[in-house]
Amino acid sequence: MIEEKFDAIVVGAGMSGNAAALAMAKRGMKVLQLERGEYAGSKNVQGAILYADMLEKLIPDFRDDAPLERHLVEQRFWIMDDRSHFGVHYRSEDFNEERPNRYTIIRAQFDKWFSSKVREAGATVLCETTVTELARDAHGKVIGVRTDRRDGEIHADVVVLAEGVNGLLGTRARLRERPKPDKVALAVKEMHFLPRETIEAHFNLKGDEGVVVEAAGTISRGMTGMGFIYANKECISIGIGCIVADFQRTGETPYGLLDCFKRHPSVAPLIEGSEVKEYSAHLIPEGGYKAIPQLYGDGWVVVGDAAQLNNAIHREGSNLAMTSGRIAAEAIVQVKSRSHPMTAANLSVYKKMLDDSFVIKDLKKHKDMPMLMHTNSQNFFLTYPQLVSRAMQNYVRVDGTPKAEKEKVTLKSFVNARSWTGLFGDAFRIARAWR
Amino acid sequence: MNVETSVRVEDKLFYNRYLVDVGRPHVKVRAHTKPSSQLLALLKVCPARCYELNDKGQVEVTVDGCIECGTCRVIGEPTGDIEWSYPRGGYGVLFKFG
Ligand SMILES: Cc1cc2nc3c(=O)[nH]c(=O)nc-3n(C[C@H](O)[C@H](O)[C@H](O)COP(=O)(O)OP(=O)(O)OC[C@H]3O[C@@H](n4cnc5c(N)ncnc54)[C@H](O)[C@@H]3O)c2cc1C
Ligand code: SF4
Repeated sequence: MIEEKFDAIVVGAGMSGNAAALAMAKRGMKVLQLERGEYAGSKNVQGAILYADMLEKLIPDFRDDAPLERHLVEQRFWIMDDRSHFGVHYRSEDFNEERPNRYTIIRAQFDKWFSSKVREAGATVLCETTVTELARDAHGKVIGVRTDRRDGEIHADVVVLAEGVNGLLGTRARLRERPKPDKVALAVKEMHFLPRETIEAHFNLKGDEGVVVEAAGTISRGMTGMGFIYANKECISIGIGCIVADFQRTGETPYGLLDCFKRHPSVAPLIEGSEVKEYSAHLIPEGGYKAIPQLYGDGWVVVGDAAQLNNAIHREGSNLAMTSGRIAAEAIVQVKSRSHPMTAANLSVYKKMLDDSFVIKDLKKHKDMPMLMHTNSQNFFLTYPQLVSRAMQNYVRVDGTPKAEKEKVTLKSFVNARSWTGLFGDAFRIARAWR
Repeated sequence: MNVETSVRVEDKLFYNRYLVDVGRPHVKVRAHTKPSSQLLALLKVCPARCYELNDKGQVEVTVDGCIECGTCRVIGEPTGDIEWSYPRGGYGVLFKFG
C-alpha cells in the first residue's frame, strides 16, 4: 500500500484528467494521476479536432511545443447518397491567423505531450495502472481507490473520475448508470498515411493548412451516424460512427460501413495510394443534456466523457472534457483553500460553476436533438439525402426540360417521400430542437 | 441490406500493437446452450470481430484483438450475458496514433 495520502487522485490521463491534474498541481495540490495505458494516450481515440481556446486556458503557450498537425482553414459538410455528395464548404483566409482557433491532432501523441506538462507541474503520474474499485469509508464517502498493482489501496481527500465514456468505476460504485445502447455511438477509424505533398494536393492545401470533412447520409444506411475525414500532416484520419442501438437493430457491421465509406466515389480519390497504419474504435456519448448523471458526491467528482459531457451535434467532446476537468479542479482548490472537507455539499460548487459555463449551456440548448435524430433516423439519414441528391441532379443537369417542370418534379419527390405534414413536422421539430 | 462481410477484420487488426495478457481474458461470455439476441448481435457489432459461433452454435469470445471500445459491454452486460473489465494496467491494445 502507498502510505502517502494525496490531496486528490485523478483516474485517467485523457483530455479531462490531464486538465484536472494540471490545474490542481499548478495550484500546489498534491496530485496522483493513474492511467491504465502504457503511456497517456495509448488507449485514446479521437478524430481529432483540438479547440485552441480551451487548451489556452490551461497552457497559454501550448503552440510552442504541442504536437499539432494542421490548423483548419476549411470545413466541409457533405450530404451523401451512394454515388454523390452535396456539400457546403466554408474556407476563409481569416483562419490563417497567428493564433489559429482549431487544429487537427493525433491523440496518442497529443496526450503524451499533455501528460508531460502535468508531470512538470508537479503531479505524480502512474501509468500501466488500472483502477479497479473506489475505496469508501463506513459512511460511503469515497476515500481513495484500489488498483491492480500489488500496493493496493491509495487514499486521497477527493477522487476525480476522468475515466472516459465507459466509466466502469462510477457504474460499479453505482454513482451513475451504465451507458445505454441508444445513448452512445460506436465509431471506427483508420489512419491512412500519404506523403505530405499528396495530402496537400488532394485537399487543396498549402503549408500547415488543414481541412475537415463531416459527412452524413446513406453511408450510415438509415442509422443515426456520421462519417469524418480529417487531414493531418502526413496522414488522414477517416472513420464513421453510428448509435450502438442502431447497429444492434440492423446487424450492420462497423468495418463494413467504413469500407463502403472509403470506397465512395467522393472519398476514394482523397485516400488513394495510402498506407493504413492503425485501426481503432471508441464509443462517443450521444445522450446530450438529458443523459448527464450526478456530477459530484462525498469525496468524488466526475468529468468529461464519463459524465457524458459531449456535444454530438457540434462534434465537440475534448473541449468539454478539458473545461469540465479544469472547472472541477478550480472547485476542489476552492474547497481546499477554505479548509472545508470534500463533502457533496461543498463539492456542489463544481456543478454550479459548470452550469454557468458553455459546457452545460450548449448541451442544454440542444437537449432535444439526440432523441429527434435517433427516432427519425430513416428520414434524416436515408430519405432526405437521397431526395437532396436527386433534386441537385435535376437542378444541374441541362436536358431541355423547362425549369418550372423540373422544380415541380423535385417538390413532388419530397412530398411523395415525406408528405406535407411530414415535411413541415420535420422542419418544425428541427427548428425547435435547435432553438 | 447488410454490408458484405468480405472485409477482413483480421487484416485490419494486424496494423495494431497489442500486449496480450495471456490466460487472463478481460471479457468473458456466460456459459449458455442457446445464445440470446444480445449475444448474437455481438457477432456483427464488435469492431474487432472478437465474437464467433462455435460448432455447437454457442457464442465465444477471443479477446486478443479487442480494441477495448466497450460496445459489447453496453449491449451484453445488462442481461448478464458477458462480464467486462479493462485489461490489467499496461496490457491490451496500444495505440500509436489513436
Ligand atoms: C472517433 C472520435 C472522434 C472524435 N472527434 C472529436 C473531435 O474532433 N473534437 C472533439 O473535441 N472531440 C472529439 N471526440 C470526443 C473526444 O475524444 C472525447 O470527448 C474526449 O476524449 C473525452 O476525454 P476524457 O478525458 O473524458 O476521456 P478519454 O480521453 O477517453 O480518457 C479517459 C482515460 O481514462 C483512462 N482510464 C479509464 N478507466 C480507467 C481505470 N479504471 N484506471 C485507469 N485509467 C483508466 C483511459 O485509459 C483514458 O486514458 C471524438 C471521439 C471519437 C471516439
Ligand atoms: S470491447 Fe469492443 S472490440 Fe473488445 S470485444 Fe467488446 S466490442 Fe469487441
